[in-house]
Amino acid sequence: MAAIALQQPRRAGSLLRRVALYLVVPAFLVLLYSTYRWLGIHFHWTHPFVVDDITMPSLRSIVSALFEPSRVNGPLLITVLLKAALFTAKEAVIGFALGASVGFVLGALLFQSKLLQRGFMPYIVASQTVPILAVAPMVVVWMKSGWQSVAVIAAYLTFFPVTINTLRGLQSADPRAIELMRSYAASPWTVLWKVRVPAALPFLFAAFKISATACVVGAIIGELPSSIQDGLGGAILNYAQYYSIEPADLWATNLIAALLGITFFLVVVVVERLVVRRAPEHVA
Amino acid sequence: MSTEAAAVSIRGVSKTFEGGTTALQGIDLEIVPGEFVSLIGPSGCGKSTLLRVIGDLIAPTAGDALVNGKPSQQARRDRDYGIVFQDAVLFDWRTVAKNIALPLELAGWSRERRRERVAQMLELVELKGFEDHHPWQLSGGMQQRVSIARALAFDPTLLLMDEPFGALDEMTRERLNMELLRIWEAAGSTVVFVTHSIAEAVFLSTRVVVMSPRPGRISELVAIDLGQPRTAETREEPHFFELVTQVRDALHAGRGAKEPA
Repeated sequence: MAAIALQQPRRAGSLLRRVALYLVVPAFLVLLYSTYRWLGIHFHWTHPFVVDDITMPSLRSIVSALFEPSRVNGPLLITVLLKAALFTAKEAVIGFALGASVGFVLGALLFQSKLLQRGFMPYIVASQTVPILAVAPMVVVWMKSGWQSVAVIAAYLTFFPVTINTLRGLQSADPRAIELMRSYAASPWTVLWKVRVPAALPFLFAAFKISATACVVGAIIGELPSSIQDGLGGAILNYAQYYSIEPADLWATNLIAALLGITFFLVVVVVERLVVRRAPEHVA
Repeated sequence: MSTEAAAVSIRGVSKTFEGGTTALQGIDLEIVPGEFVSLIGPSGCGKSTLLRVIGDLIAPTAGDALVNGKPSQQARRDRDYGIVFQDAVLFDWRTVAKNIALPLELAGWSRERRRERVAQMLELVELKGFEDHHPWQLSGGMQQRVSIARALAFDPTLLLMDEPFGALDEMTRERLNMELLRIWEAAGSTVVFVTHSIAEAVFLSTRVVVMSPRPGRISELVAIDLGQPRTAETREEPHFFELVTQVRDALHAGRGAKEPA
């Protein structure tokens, strides 16, 4: 489908359709939420939960909460949240860079030997089955609480998909391309950089897309045991305490957190467009 | 041994794969510089394996192969040959120009020399104007021409071709046959060409090596004494048909000998 679409000359209408799509889906979700809320309140639904202003605050109240002072005489909530998002973004970006680098190097090392793969893979998998909530406090103890330890926690959630896909991507190179490089008497290092890594790029970017959102979650979770107040994790913890009074504040915070994750994802998509050159039918 | 080093000299080469399949048995073959030699035979006769032994992409179980008088390992390290596969094996992430320049990059040529050479090669395979295209934007025949340009880019004395036109339609194949002959004459290199097609082998070659399967060995050498340069009319000469028949008979004889009665 995508390949067919790309081969056709882009018409003016297709841009309009895409913009419409970006508007229609959110509009549909808003409609769904509002309808459910209205029906729930109107008919006093109690299953699966009671619907009222606390469980499902109106969208209007969520949006307007963003533009109200976060506390008496304080700055607007949106200012507070955007600052927090920026702080968390810094931790997440550094965590992503760290995790992606470690993940790539680990994948490349495992690629060198089947023995290494068999020996280490179970532990790499095991590392991801341990809940991040159990690992995070230890990292904080080792590194002292601070944004650096949060970045490490974000990296912990980032590296795994990158390692798995690096391994798979490096193996994906065309065997005849390897033969061709051998005919040029290319060194293993040259084969890695000129053939295997470029061949692995689509796999790497698939991993980066998973990691882009995972590192944001990792950064938010990591802020909790570190007692960091400046990020979205701190904001979530704070507004969760006031949920029964001001539920819209927590919803608004989650909205900003979601937007941060989407932003990270989109950055990866844009970089992929710029970096990965493939036949249209091979683009995921 | 002749006074001039043979382009390719294969001496007693056998190859048995893990699992016991004997792909080649007792192959002896001398190829003189400037020859165009086709290896023809049914599937499983080891013709591609023989090509890979010459290129040191596969190590023989017994015997050895010399290229330009050197052991094949040394010849590979000296980049004495270029290779073309059935599929073009171009890199999607490189433009046409950069695909052709790949072996030059590996050989450490300067950017300036590379650009000059790529321009020459594009002219040779008649793909001027396509240097900035990516492989997927080209037809199969054009991709294969890029692959030939890449193989010839560093001016190797030997060109190894493994069914290079096997995946193309008949029209494209015949046109590329003519082009290949033109390139061969211009470059003055030696060609070892693996094919399934009797007509293609006869039309292109100065000599056809007929192989038979299980185990792969040479059953007959057929000298192709058609005049040079070959043209479209060559395919209509009576002698062309005689030679095609001779190669066909050799193929059937080689196969029949091993078939149980």
